[in-house]
This record gives sequence, structure tokens and C-alpha cells, in this order.
Amino acid sequence: MINVDQSMIKDTIISLKRGEKGIIGNFSVDQIPVKLQEMGCLPGNEVQVIQLAPFKDPLYLNINGNNVAIRRETALLIEITKLS
Amino acid sequence: MSKPLNVALIGNPNTGKTSIFNLLTGLNQKVGNYPGITVEKKEGTCRLPNGTKAHVVDLPGTYSLNASSADEQLVVETLLSKNKKDYPDVAVVVADVENLKRNLILFTQIKDLQIPAILVVNMADQMERRGISLDVAMLEKKIQSKVVLVSSRKRTGIEQLKNLLEDYRSLAVSKTIHMADIDHDYFDRLQQAFPEQDLYSLWLVVSQDVPLTKIDDELQSVNNYSERATPEIKRLQQKETIARYLFINRFLKDVYQVDSSKATDWRSLLDRVLTHRVGGYVAFFLVMLLIFQAIYNWSSVPMDFIDESFVRLSEWAGNHLPAGPFTSLLAEGIIPGIGGIVIFIPQIAFLFLFISLLEESGYMSRIVFLMDRVMRRFGLSGKSVVPLISGTACAIPAVMAARNIENWKERLITILVTPFTTCSARLPVYLIIIALVIPDRTILGFNLQGLTLMGLYALGFAMAVFSAFILDKILKNKARTFFVIEMPAYKLPLAKNVLYTVIEKTKSFIFGAGKIILAISIVLWFLASNGYSDDFYKADEIVRAQVENAQLSDEEMETAIASYQLRHSYIGILGHTIEPVIRPLGYDWKIGIALVTSFAAREVFVATLATIYSVGSDEEETIKVRMSTDTNARTGEKLFTFPTGISLLLFYAFAMQCMSTLAVVKKETNSWKWPLIQLVLMTGFAYLASMIAFQLLK
Repeated sequence: MINVDQSMIKDTIISLKRGEKGIIGNFSVDQIPVKLQEMGCLPGNEVQVIQLAPFKDPLYLNINGNNVAIRRETALLIEITKLS
Repeated sequence: MSKPLNVALIGNPNTGKTSIFNLLTGLNQKVGNYPGITVEKKEGTCRLPNGTKAHVVDLPGTYSLNASSADEQLVVETLLSKNKKDYPDVAVVVADVENLKRNLILFTQIKDLQIPAILVVNMADQMERRGISLDVAMLEKKIQSKVVLVSSRKRTGIEQLKNLLEDYRSLAVSKTIHMADIDHDYFDRLQQAFPEQDLYSLWLVVSQDVPLTKIDDELQSVNNYSERATPEIKRLQQKETIARYLFINRFLKDVYQVDSSKATDWRSLLDRVLTHRVGGYVAFFLVMLLIFQAIYNWSSVPMDFIDESFVRLSEWAGNHLPAGPFTSLLAEGIIPGIGGIVIFIPQIAFLFLFISLLEESGYMSRIVFLMDRVMRRFGLSGKSVVPLISGTACAIPAVMAARNIENWKERLITILVTPFTTCSARLPVYLIIIALVIPDRTILGFNLQGLTLMGLYALGFAMAVFSAFILDKILKNKARTFFVIEMPAYKLPLAKNVLYTVIEKTKSFIFGAGKIILAISIVLWFLASNGYSDDFYKADEIVRAQVENAQLSDEEMETAIASYQLRHSYIGILGHTIEPVIRPLGYDWKIGIALVTSFAAREVFVATLATIYSVGSDEEETIKVRMSTDTNARTGEKLFTFPTGISLLLFYAFAMQCMSTLAVVKKETNSWKWPLIQLVLMTGFAYLASMIAFQLLK
């Protein structure tokens, strides 16, 4: 059996289940639209998954108090730290 | 008289900006050349308390001045055009009380352009219910501007806003953040390159993804700045956004508090059902079913009434006005022609009503969320759902609504396939043909004719999606896709807003179509009541000679003469010339004429038949009755049989028969290539589909 060090795999928004929250960490600025950042998607802000469409795509999120939906491919690029 | 004051209404989508516009201007407003909410420039006037006239422009909803769609680009360009006549003297930035923080981002950007700005906090009546408290005086101090609490629902705060507009010169013009503080190195260099210009304006030009073109000449040259469009820009944009949030966060918690325990959470309750992975789709289907059944059932009473009224009006004109060509033109050309379109007002109004309700309530965004993944498989975006649904009203505003789609390829495909959706101009054609060939029966509680209509709408969508799938395979992708959509709060639609939209759109539809129909009716009447041969002028003698032996009543004789005369009129000759082309589709020459005239606009079809059937006949009958009893002169059988009806329905479902749509597609894609492709492919496909259907069914 291969032993994977869990701390090496960074959580992103897609690791959150419905209702779970996280704190936004790093992302590469040229891959995330400015519009999403202006909606509050900035390092340090809170994100919560409100609802998932079938196949978990798109994701309906609450980011820093704003309700937005983004696609899985974008959510995959935004690192988070889970809040329990 | 003094020059009117230029006021620009700016704000995030879903903040109720349009309600503020309606409250300010009342019905003194006009929407470009075509129907549409805030997609094209919407302007109006209002009188301020001191008598000054204010010219108010309702700019498209925008989240920020970093444009990511064509709509947002228009806003930035307006604000960077000091020399143009629409440049605002004062900006009214509309914010929604629930999303104040995010709305303030846009406000700080407007302030930084040094345009005098007033902040309107809308939906103030919701504050208590949502447990929000706001210290207006403190907020005014912090943002160095005036703040007005407005409730468009309760109509409060508008007078205060008008007073502030009057006094706009006393508004402080100051910046909120200084670009140079973000990165001295970069911004000092930019300023040195254009020492005459304002630094933030320069930054806006340099940082846009798409070069701005409609801006002041002095700023145009900035587009060539060497440090445009570098990866550095993205990093600086993020720093700028963080700086703006820092500015806002410094005071927001002192002036704005939310006590969530006081709020009733309708939002999550509704979202649990309406965005659910199963329940959401069931709800969506039920909503659509309800809409189409309603359109069909609710409007039948007023429609029958209008139909009868026009027949009576036409008859009255024929009997009471002095006989002559003018009366004949009026009674046989203009009145039936106009009646042919007026009859559809109830249905079109209902359609606009429902679309307006979907948008105003916030439900449309949920549909976008639910449909995005499905639509993406066909090269579309969830946001394509908005054009596709509003395309059921009219393809023109729908094609323009595609501007909100950030990705060019997805946007182009959406524009190209939107005309397949069943627009309100097809409705008259569908309804009359359905009434003729589909039995009026009830199956499982649903009206069969209503179901057929819904089936045609489904066919339109299916065709749109199918052609999108093909286009997706053919077209090359230019840029990567971003998809961000706000999920606004659910709102009870404002009766006034909905009413304005319905009136405005129905009016443009009727007058737009009315002009074409009036002109075509006159031409058709002339062509149908004149001819050049003896066959036309001596129809009476010829027919009497032909049927000498047959025992015909006076009435039958008259009908026979009239139809012989029509056959030999100009239009009859023209119709017979094109008949061979359309015969494989099951049409006769009369339908052929209607087909030709409806290339200007589909709804002309019914008006054309109405005019053709009215000429030379003075019986009191509705168009429907005349069409159902008409026979095909060649075969002697009933003209509108089931196969012919289906073939016609398919032709109108697929063919590109709308000059205005072609014009707007040309405008939105900036080339004749795309509208021409639409015209040829759609119409060619329609011809084939109708021919196959007719040949199989007959």
C-alpha cells in the first residue's frame, strides 16, 4: 500500500462538501478572473458551499458574504484550509 | 433654457437599478430602437424640484470597471469619454443594502474617476427584516459623498435623491485609494509616459483585457502603451482589489451591522428546493409547463374578442364608408392586416410578463446554475439559458443579452443558435395552424393544442442545442472560459417594474411589426385587386360562361368569380410562378405569397393571408374560418390538411425569416459572415425538413 502524506495534498474548494466552510488560501492570479476576486475571492476570506449541481459542477458558494456560482475547473484552482 | 443635467445610473446587476430609473423618470423613457431591459442604452428625463431638467441614462448592470463582458465595457467607455455628450455630470451608484460591501467596490472605482457620485442604498425597507443597521451619517463621512436610503418598493427616498442631484456641485470630488501606493515603480512609470492624464483613467485603459475603443482620443493612444496586457497587470489588479477592500473594511463594521438571528431565511429555504439536483429540475420543468399552458389558455378569451371586433370593424367600414378604392383598401387591406397582428397582443404580453417575472424574482440565475453543465456539453454556457429563454419573446434583445457571456466562442454560438427558439412572432403562425390541424381535445388534463405548442417550443430549443453542438465541433476556441454568476436574493417582483417591461416591450413589438404589416398590407391589397389581363377584368363573364350549365346559387357564383379574379390578379400570377418551388412542401400559391412576405418578419404570415382572403369577399367570417374552408385549387382538396400544417409548422420553426435579427447579429458579431450563414443554413434546413415531413405524411 502506498502511504500518502495527507498534508502534502492541498485542499481546494472542491474538497468541501455541501454546507462546509473554508478559508481561502493561495491561487494563481492569472487563472482566476478579476471579477471573482472583486466578489471577495481573496486570500483570507471565508468560503462556504451552499449547493452543488449534479456531478458537483457548478458550485454555488458563499464567498465573503457574496453568493456566486463557479465551475469546478475554477474551484479546483483555489486552495483553502477547511474549517471544522 | 439651461442645459439639462446628465445623470448616469450605475450599479451591480440585481440591485434594483431599473426600479430607481423607473421611479425617477416615470414613463418619460425610451429604450434604444428595440425592446430589452438595460441591455441597450436606456434613457429618460425627470424634472428636479428647482425646475432643472435631468437627462438620466440607465447604464447596463456592472460589477466593476474591470470589464469582463461587452456590457461592462460599454459602461467603462462611457465613463472615460469626457468629450462625449453622454458623459455624466453626476453618477448615481445604486447599491443593494444586503451586498453593500461588494457594491462599494464599484462605488470607490467611480469616485476614483473623480466623477461626483451619490450612493443610493436600495431596498432600505428590507433592513429591519434582515436585521441590518446602517449609520448613514458616518458612511457619508467615510466615503466623502452623499448617501440616500431608497426603497423602490415603498417609493421612499426619491425626493431626497432629486434634491441631492440638484445640488450636485457641492459633492466632494476625491479619490478613495491612490494607485501609486499599490506599486510606485509601475504607476510612476505609467504616469510619466502620459503626464497629462489622470492615473486611474490610464490604469483602466491599460488593464482591460479587451482594448477600449470608444473613448476620448487622448486616452486612445494609451492602448499602445508597451506595458499593456502583461502578466504583471493581473497581479496589480489583485493588489488594487485588496486595497479597495481594505479601504472599505476600515469603516464598514462601524457603520454596517447584520444581526442574522433576526432574519427569516427564505433564501436557503427556497434554494434547498429550487437548486436541488433533482427537485430543481422538476421545479424548472413545472414552471415552464405552467407558463406555456397559461399563455395558451389565458389569452384565448381576449383573442377571440379581438378577432370578432376586427371582422365587424372591417364590415362596418365596407358598408358605411362611400364605396371606392379607398374604402376597399381600408376594409380589405389595412384593417384585416392590422387585425392579424393586434390579435396576438394578449399572448405576447403574457410571454413578456412571465419572462420579466423570471428575471425580477432572481429565479433566472438558478436556472443558469442548474443548466450550466448540460449546456457546456453543447458548447454553450449556463448563461446561454437567458438568451434562449428570452428568445421566446424576441430574438433581438435575446441576441443582445448574450453580451453577458464572457467567453467569445460560447457567446458566438449562443448568438447563432438563439433564432431557433420560438419567438413571439412565430406564435401567431403556430396558433392559427395548430387551431386548423390539431384537434381540440384534452389528454390527461392537458389541452392537446397546448401540448403541441409546447412541443414546438421544445423543438426550437432542441434544434438550438443541436446546432450548438455542431458549431462547437467546427469553431476554434479563442480564449479560456471563465464562468462566474451571482446568485441574487429572491425578490417579490415589483408590479410597476413588471408592468413597465410588459407595456414597453409589447408596444415596441406591435409598432415595429405594425409598420411593416401596414406597408405590406397596402402593397398586397393593390396586387390582389388589380391585374392586367382580360381574365382579371372580365372574370364575371368568363366564369358565368364556364359554369353556365351548373346549378349554382348566387353565393356560390360570387365565390367562384372572386377566386377566379384573385387567381388572375398580379399576386395570383406571382404566386403561381413560385408554386412549383413550394409544391413539394404541400403549399399552394397563397401560402407561397405569405411565405415570401414573411421574410421581412414572420408575423406577417397571418396578416398576408388575412388580406388575400379578404379581397373580393364581403362575408363576415374570421380568418380562421376562411382558412379552414379553403381548398387547394389544383387538387380540389382541403388546403390546410394535417401534412401541410405540420410542414408549415416545421418551416416556421427552422427558417431564418427576420430581417431585424439578421441586422442585430451583424451588429453583435461585427461581420456579415455570421448572419448570412444563419440565413442560408437555417432556411435551407427548414425547406428540407418541411419537404420530408410532408412527403412522409401525405
